[in-house]
Amino acid sequence: MTYILIGLGGAIGASLRYFVSIIFHTDLVASFPYATLTVNLIGCLILGIFSSGFELKRRINPRYLFAFKTGVIGSFTTFSTFSVEVLTMIQHHQYYLTIIYILLSSILGLFLAYLGIKIGEYLSQREVTR
Amino acid sequence: MINFILVTTGGFLGSIARAIISKRYNNRFALKHFGTFLVNIIGSFLLGIIINLQVQTSVNLFFGIGFLGSFTTFSTFKIENLSLLNTAKRKQALLYISITYILGIGMAGLGFWIGRILS
Repeated sequence: MTYILIGLGGAIGASLRYFVSIIFHTDLVASFPYATLTVNLIGCLILGIFSSGFELKRRINPRYLFAFKTGVIGSFTTFSTFSVEVLTMIQHHQYYLTIIYILLSSILGLFLAYLGIKIGEYLSQREVTR
Repeated sequence: MINFILVTTGGFLGSIARAIISKRYNNRFALKHFGTFLVNIIGSFLLGIIINLQVQTSVNLFFGIGFLGSFTTFSTFKIENLSLLNTAKRKQALLYISITYILGIGMAGLGFWIGRILS
């Protein structure tokens, strides 16, 4: 079943995200959420690459591809943690950091997704001209 | 080790839940990515509650980090933004982006408040 594959991907994505949070020594107290920002930005870049069309040129089993994109990357990144972190920073009156966090996540995230797509397109070109 | 198992199991379930809801609600309505929007909003709300309920670490690992962390997604949201912008649906892109952030953070706030009342 495809859903089991997605679930396994999700297990992997969540573990990786948790691992990153350990590396950054994340507490629940409002310090700057480097861990969430990191996973979200990396996830946007990778998902961009695999949404560019490059992934269709390789002979990857579609079900595994979907499990990777939706399962691994979809779970590697997170919106709920982001929202709660924003709120926690607001509660601690860290308004300046809050704005920085939102801007970095949203604008840089969008840019990295776009960059990922461009990288994927470039990789596709290289395949064609080989 | 047990922490890892809790997060992994939560992630397994959360991603499947998101996949089911996305399949059901994406590409169906005028708001094309309604499914992703739903999971992000609901997930933010629930995590807001959990954080303020001061639950045991194991519950937070399984449900907060594992399940809800995987139930919601940031990357898919951004890629969907891009696809809307690329297909010249700028108004819908702007609407989708702003409503997700505003309601996402807002619902997390509502969750905070409810969580505080419940605890």
